[in-house]
Amino acid sequence: MKKVLVILLLAVLGYYTAVTFFDIGFGQPHFVAGVKPVKDIYLAKTVKPLTVSNAVTSIVVNFRGFDTLGEVTVLFLAVTVLGSVLYKKRHAVGERSVLFNASSIVTAGSKLLFPAIILLGAYVFIHGHLSPGGGFQGGVIIATGFLLMLLAYENYSVSHTALSIVESLAGITFAGVGLLGFMHGGTFLQNFLPAGVLNNLFSGGIIPIIYIAVGFKVAAELTGVIYTVLNEKGESNG
Amino acid sequence: MDSTLFSYLDYAVYGTAVIVMLIGFYGAMVKKSLLKIVIGLSVIDSGLNLLIVAIGYYKGGTAPIFSQGFLENFKSVSKMTDPVPQALVLTAIVIGFGVTAVALALVIRLYRHHGTLNIDEIKNLKW
Repeated sequence: MKKVLVILLLAVLGYYTAVTFFDIGFGQPHFVAGVKPVKDIYLAKTVKPLTVSNAVTSIVVNFRGFDTLGEVTVLFLAVTVLGSVLYKKRHAVGERSVLFNASSIVTAGSKLLFPAIILLGAYVFIHGHLSPGGGFQGGVIIATGFLLMLLAYENYSVSHTALSIVESLAGITFAGVGLLGFMHGGTFLQNFLPAGVLNNLFSGGIIPIIYIAVGFKVAAELTGVIYTVLNEKGESNG
Repeated sequence: MDSTLFSYLDYAVYGTAVIVMLIGFYGAMVKKSLLKIVIGLSVIDSGLNLLIVAIGYYKGGTAPIFSQGFLENFKSVSKMTDPVPQALVLTAIVIGFGVTAVALALVIRLYRHHGTLNIDEIKNLKW
């Protein structure tokens, strides 16, 4: 009975959502005629004053930089809530539930792959303003490297103090670069560094600095999440 | 591209996104296991992200990256797809991750307290 009701409700919801989007049309220019779409303004400003190659990065970090600061704060809040909800007394921490030990192929291979994964993550967030990718993506790649190590070695541990220091420094860098804008340009997150030449590593003003800080912050936070959840024992002992 | 093929693609792309979203809603509303409910919530996220990214595309547009090839071949910026929905989806994915992480933490906490994941056995959660 409940299932039929839910399916009816979802049919109505799905019908109206689908019809709305079919009206818009896929791949059609759906802007009001005669009004310049906001994307053209963003794209034009991305090339000329900012000299950033990746338009998505310039929107995330420059035009919507304040929004990204809030987004990073939400991520930080999620990690904090995770830590406080899964809080345990000190002696219960550290024993991870392991179903079976990793074979020697996995342990040797992950030792070999770990630096390469970290390097790839760093590449992705350092080149966030030139190629697809950025701070969030690079941070996630680095966190998967730590996940690999944690799965391969059952007594591999990550220092919570180091994670929180990296995270705090990255957050302070983001907010500090934003505050420096007050001294130079007049508003929060104002671009005050020279823009450079398009498609060069040193271009785009403060955008690479902020995205590198975001990369470190996301990597530290996601590693913290993985470490907290992996150290959760299976039985109900609390 | 052939225009009739393109009109079918029109329905296919939006239809897939809406169906993925509906599957997520169904899982979140009907399933009894708390883990499956959390999975349903993250499937709703994926469907919505697909939908938002699909709005930004338009026929014949290139990726919004000013590479060397783009600057030589296309002069006009309006040849690019809309980067705004892509940036919004980047935000939405991160927020979705945060929501899933917190929900899973609460599920672990409930399991520790009640010893079960079935919401029928956890009486206070019944709807």
